[in-house]
Amino acid sequence: MRIFGLNRRIIRVLLGSQYAHMLEYRAEIALWALSGVLPFIMLSIWSGSDARSGLGLDGVALDRYFLSAYLVRQFSVVWVVYAFEEDALLGRLSPYLLQPLHPLWRYVAAHLGEQLTRLPFAALIAVVFFAVQPQAFWLPSLGGFLLAWLATWMAFAIAFLFQSLIATLCFWSEKASALERLQFIPFVFLSGLLAPLTAFPPAVRAWAQWTPFPYLIDFPARVLAGQPVDLIAGFGAQLAWIAVLLPLVLLLWRAGVRRYSAMGA
Amino acid sequence: MIQVDGLSKIYRVAEKQPGFAGTLRHFLRRRTRDVVAVQDVSFQIEPGEMVGFLGANGAGKTTTLKMLCGLIHPSSGRVQVGGFSPQRRQAEFLRRITLVMGQKQQLLWDLPPMDSLRVNAAVYGIPDGVARRRISELADLLELGEELTRPVRKLSLGQRMKAELLAALLHEPEVLFLDEPTLGLDVNAQARVRKFLAEYNRRTGATVLLTSHYMADITALCPRVLLIHQGRLFHDGPLEALAEQLAPEREVRLELESPVAPDALEGLGRLEQLEGCDVRLLVPRDQLTAVVAQLLDRFPVRDLDVTDPPIEELIGGLFRQGRV
Repeated sequence: MRIFGLNRRIIRVLLGSQYAHMLEYRAEIALWALSGVLPFIMLSIWSGSDARSGLGLDGVALDRYFLSAYLVRQFSVVWVVYAFEEDALLGRLSPYLLQPLHPLWRYVAAHLGEQLTRLPFAALIAVVFFAVQPQAFWLPSLGGFLLAWLATWMAFAIAFLFQSLIATLCFWSEKASALERLQFIPFVFLSGLLAPLTAFPPAVRAWAQWTPFPYLIDFPARVLAGQPVDLIAGFGAQLAWIAVLLPLVLLLWRAGVRRYSAMGA
Repeated sequence: MIQVDGLSKIYRVAEKQPGFAGTLRHFLRRRTRDVVAVQDVSFQIEPGEMVGFLGANGAGKTTTLKMLCGLIHPSSGRVQVGGFSPQRRQAEFLRRITLVMGQKQQLLWDLPPMDSLRVNAAVYGIPDGVARRRISELADLLELGEELTRPVRKLSLGQRMKAELLAALLHEPEVLFLDEPTLGLDVNAQARVRKFLAEYNRRTGATVLLTSHYMADITALCPRVLLIHQGRLFHDGPLEALAEQLAPEREVRLELESPVAPDALEGLGRLEQLEGCDVRLLVPRDQLTAVVAQLLDRFPVRDLDVTDPPIEELIGGLFRQGRV
């Protein structure tokens, strides 16, 4: 059975080839993993600040939150809009459009391949973190780990769909990635990368809950760190965002493909 | 196999004057104009035919190919390929066609072609055993060996192009749309690709629509040509008929034993050149046999050669003269 042209064999082969492809860029990916240390910088800032009491997390919990935020971010980084834009401009999208497989699956596979390549580097950084902060060491339960894994993947799915929505605008505008930059600031503030969402005033927090951002980092990071969190509300919101974004992406894709002019090909 | 009726494509393009003022005007009041890329083109191609698609740059060849394979939507007109409407891009249709576009590649740049071939085999649902057999057969035809296990970025242009062809044909498409498949290749590589395409057509009975800037591709592969100019179809028929239409005269080159006066050649076609013993005449096609007989009869001929002017020159001249 195929879903949008996808079946198990295609998943296996696509993932294998994309993982091999990404391994060719392992040095670059290692640098990307290293450059994602913003949560650790924020941890050091908050730890040395009197304002940390307002975060609602004590020392060890704060350490664990920011390490979890780093790990969640590593496995939910999305760059589909940039890859898609380049492919559309250079004409590389054309052969993909002429194969019986939805082109977005190739980008999904590329992201998953990249995540696999990131895995050892992210693990190494976690090891270094625990070496520096041994009191923060913890091992989540199997159930907790699986829930965190699921929440991270759903965060990835939301981020991927959100960026794909912007990417499909490439069918109308050649530089749709500029729009992606617009959402970067609200993402950084409201996702929980700079501070746990509990640090924000209640009004901002209440407003942020209606955006997808807290479900990209804050929610999965709290699940991974084993902190009290409303799982049903969190997963429900993640599912809702996927349910909203997926049909939007498909609709916009269908309309966009009609406008495709196969530039550069 | 391919049925095209009244096909047209109009692009809306932005117009911008150069310089700062032009940029400012473009920003404040964007102006666009409609460009007719293809206009009311109709033709039909039977299963197994190899058809050449000729035309100058920007004539509308590639746009037509893109519409035939469903990559872009026509502004008006009707296209049917193998009973399918291409723009719907149904999976069953996509399994029956392929599009090869010059140096635009589908192979993963940093991996050996074999990895991309495995992906294609999975995407097209080709069983592993069948895929292996086809890869081996096609690789033999294309004279590809260890190149399939070397990263694409390490391959020469010719090797890459052949690997691209292999990837594009792995699913044994019934219809091949080839847009400049030999672009940038050296003469030997061009010849090998031509030989391969002819053999593929013979073996599988595939329908081929081919555009090329190299007339040798067309003359070697395509008994029938479509000539398109400024989006309109100008000729549909045998290449020879196009040559006759474009060049009603043939060129006769003579090397004589001794020089002759121009008067002596009167009534034997149009004298184009007379330098010592070398003579060049343009003779109407229907008078060629008689004129050659007379030349051999009247003059001591050391060498005689009858040729058609190169088709590139004829087509180029035609466009320059605005005869189409």
